[in-house]
Amino acid sequence: MQNHGYDQQKKRSFWQRIHIDLPLLLCILALLVLGLFVVYSAGGQEIDIVYRQIKRVGIALLVMFTLAQIPPLAYQKWAVPVFIFGLLLLVAVLLFGHVGKGAQRWLDLGFIKFQPSEIMKLVVPIMIAGYVSQQNLPAKLSTIIIAFILVLLPTILIFRQPDFGTSILIASSGIFVIFLAGVSWKLIGVCTGLALGFAPILWFYLLGSYQKQRVTTFLNPEQDPLGSGYQIIQSKIAIGSGGFDGKGWLQGTQSQLEFLPERHTDFIFAVFSEEFGFIGVVALLSVYLLIVMRGLWISVKAEHAFTKLLAGSITLTFFVYVFVNIGMVSGLLPVVGVPLPLVSYGGTSMVTLLAGFGMLMAISTHKRFIA
Amino acid sequence: MASNKRVAIRNHSAEANLFARRTFIAFVGVIVLLLILFSNIYDLEINSYEKYQTRSNSNRIKLLPVAPNRGLIYDRNGVLLAENKPVYSLEIIAEQTTDLEKHILEVSDLLDISEEKQKKLFKALKSKRRFKPIELHSRLSAQQVALFSVNQHRFPGFFIDARLKRYYPFGDLTTHSLGYVARINRRDSIRLAEKSLSEDYAATRNIGKLGLEKYYEELLHGTIGHQEVEINSQGRVIRTLDYTPPISGQNLTISIDIELQMIAKRALAGKRGAVVAMDPRSGEILAMYSNPSYDGNLFVHGISTKNYKKLLNPKNNRPLLNRSVQGYPPASTVKPLLGLTGLEAGVITQKSRTYDPGWFQLKGLERKHRDWYAPGHGWVNLNDAIEHSCNVFFYTLAVRLEIDNITNMMEKFGFGDLTGIDIWEDKRAILPGREAKRSRYNQPWYTGDTVNVGIGQGLWTVTPLQLAQAIAILANKGQKKIPHFLLETTKAVNIEPLNEEGAAENKSINIVTKMVSEKVLFEDKPPIVLKDSKNWNLVLDAMHNTAQKKYPAFKGARYDAAGKSGTAQLISKKQDEEYDAKAIKEKQRNNAMFVAFAPYEKPEIVVSVIVENVLEGGGGFNAAPVARQVLDQYFGDREIVSSDKNKHPQHSNVYGHNKKTKNSGNN
Repeated sequence: MQNHGYDQQKKRSFWQRIHIDLPLLLCILALLVLGLFVVYSAGGQEIDIVYRQIKRVGIALLVMFTLAQIPPLAYQKWAVPVFIFGLLLLVAVLLFGHVGKGAQRWLDLGFIKFQPSEIMKLVVPIMIAGYVSQQNLPAKLSTIIIAFILVLLPTILIFRQPDFGTSILIASSGIFVIFLAGVSWKLIGVCTGLALGFAPILWFYLLGSYQKQRVTTFLNPEQDPLGSGYQIIQSKIAIGSGGFDGKGWLQGTQSQLEFLPERHTDFIFAVFSEEFGFIGVVALLSVYLLIVMRGLWISVKAEHAFTKLLAGSITLTFFVYVFVNIGMVSGLLPVVGVPLPLVSYGGTSMVTLLAGFGMLMAISTHKRFIA
Repeated sequence: MASNKRVAIRNHSAEANLFARRTFIAFVGVIVLLLILFSNIYDLEINSYEKYQTRSNSNRIKLLPVAPNRGLIYDRNGVLLAENKPVYSLEIIAEQTTDLEKHILEVSDLLDISEEKQKKLFKALKSKRRFKPIELHSRLSAQQVALFSVNQHRFPGFFIDARLKRYYPFGDLTTHSLGYVARINRRDSIRLAEKSLSEDYAATRNIGKLGLEKYYEELLHGTIGHQEVEINSQGRVIRTLDYTPPISGQNLTISIDIELQMIAKRALAGKRGAVVAMDPRSGEILAMYSNPSYDGNLFVHGISTKNYKKLLNPKNNRPLLNRSVQGYPPASTVKPLLGLTGLEAGVITQKSRTYDPGWFQLKGLERKHRDWYAPGHGWVNLNDAIEHSCNVFFYTLAVRLEIDNITNMMEKFGFGDLTGIDIWEDKRAILPGREAKRSRYNQPWYTGDTVNVGIGQGLWTVTPLQLAQAIAILANKGQKKIPHFLLETTKAVNIEPLNEEGAAENKSINIVTKMVSEKVLFEDKPPIVLKDSKNWNLVLDAMHNTAQKKYPAFKGARYDAAGKSGTAQLISKKQDEEYDAKAIKEKQRNNAMFVAFAPYEKPEIVVSVIVENVLEGGGGFNAAPVARQVLDQYFGDREIVSSDKNKHPQHSNVYGHNKKTKNSGNN
């Protein structure tokens, strides 16, 4: 084939040749740029924070671009060893991990500190999709049970750190694969029933006091308005006081006057809605919806069962990010540590997210029939 | 490739269909969840906008109360008696500190703060809320301020607060009349709440506790202002949104003449006693000084236990006591009043004479009531009796008057009642009579009691202020003025410009603040009207003679004074026992009193003096010179000569003034 990017007669466009999905890229860039503005406002209008974020975004985009060049089927081959390695790292975290903010999430290798759970966010869907797609779909019951166990292992390890947010994301990434693989509705019903039955056990035996507190606070934040309920109350005040068109960029009193905790990380959505109002929220959610639609479109158009399942899982997990973050910030869900994807300040989740999008792009652009 | 083979035998279209169906279901789920998020945000930002808007504002907007400046107090000549001075205090907000105890010790070490203050602070820390500032040191010196400022970064939660505090430049000279302000305590807070003034005092720390500061608290305090500020979550003020300035309290001009006050203090130096000087024409108090006194400034900053104990220690002669409003037996100072009562009741006339053998005896009783002059004054009329302070004459008069006549008249002269002066420390003292004895001892009145009342002793006490008031009524020939301090109040008033155009151009420049003064009126009390108004002159004349002829204290005075002394016995002597001051306890020695007014023909000033427990001599010897110094100061260079040349100034006919000073009973 000839690589002439500007030759419109060729079936492959320039963007396809560099393995970039343009609609996806535009939506992502829109959010990233928006994120820089909101981070600037939320971070006390310090330009240094923006520079640091730009650096991270740059690295993350590089990772995305790199992963997009790899043919998606190659992931499948590496799935098993990487999955096992990831599980070992998670065990290592529990044993020797670095404690920060009451949770053990970081592994300190001397020269670098990183969260193995972040890697698992990508490895788990690859592993499950790879495993399930080995057989014909819809998957058999035994396959599904094994797949479930594969999902549960890292989920529980991460839950024990404790990192409720990440364990939810990882569990959902796996469960989405299983769901898309065509698990029967009967089984879904049984599992839902089991999960409900499991809830009390979860509450009494598995949840730590800090997690329980988050749930009780969520149920009634006004009970302790200066203590554990403070965050969610201030967040709701920020959102609500934004009104229809917001207080204006840099004008949000809740964030500028520091009433809102964690305002440039997990609670950045509150800053955004305070300053840009309902209109801003509509626009933001629209972009997220576009990304989800594009991702699902890629998954439907993917050539293999593996790539379909992987693309679907990545897309839907991305939506879980959005839903859980906005849900918790606006008081619909208990506060779990999930950032607003592509907008929140922070390096690790940014890299993982864009890595996921890199894989999506790979799925969308590495197609055999085009030649 | 194995996997390729397997894929090859797959039913691709069925798989794709299944996958598309599942994806579509997932997509529907996504839409549903998005709608849930959406409706929740809609509810927050649109439906509940106002509620959250309000809560957001109440988060960030604080209404800070701004204390008004307390009104200043001037003396009658415009000398500043009470002012507001900037003071720097070291405050702590416990919540913002990192290592409270260690830092308190370090700061105390740095600024040399006493352990007592530290202990007080730790006590306060327990009871106060953690985010309220607590005072560690109330008066930092300039050096301490500088020292702390340099080191402030080491002590988070510690800061210097500058505020205006009351200062009395004359210290102890004015305390008994001005009183003082001190920290608002719980009782004050309750009282303020009852008057629904709590809000007005939200920023005020001190309140009038005594004297004029207390009496005129409402005038002096002013009206609170408000600063609407935006704060951040730490409570730090970011900017001011709106400002309503406080309205300063009114300035007061009081009738005290600080120079006269100084002279009173000097005249009383080394003595326990009081001086009240009053203008009989208006009731204005020209001087009120009680010795020993104390510095009111001590209380403004919160008096230390050590200093307070010192004030309470009896060895220090109880400076807290305002002696000008304490009850003392009036002794002979009231003889002119009793004489007037006799004339008014028709019991005596100008010419009535009584024989004084040196003692008086009630019929059928053995006890002899002695005259202070043992040989007796012989035949005396009213004028002689007042001039020489003859006891027997007044014993006789009192018995003939009977107690009820005396009680009634003395009540008219204001005894036994509050004078109505504008300080709350005013006292009633004891009006002699049946009621006083019944209420105190639950006993009936005996004629023997009346005998003592005749010489201003027995069950009778008056305050120096009451005495001054009574002499003023006498000097005024019955006109009664309410004794008072306040002359005028001054407040700042904004005057809108007259020129409308000018106002439109620049309003803030055209508004002129002008101080507007307002005289304060005290209504007169109903006067005493005698059946024969000549009787006033008889008594006043006798007082004139007393001052001019009897006391060396008024020798050489260029103004025409009248007066009467009194010497009060505090223990009763046994029959025939000689009084020897040196032999009895200091606190039981006689009190010396003196009342005077001048000029005789047109009285401008009345002075009443008490000197407690004198060692030698009586009122004429100990108290009259005090009155003389006050009067000298008052009249200065003025020369006021009596229209009757025979009467003044002439000391050629000084009668018996050094005849019997050594052994003064009731002279």
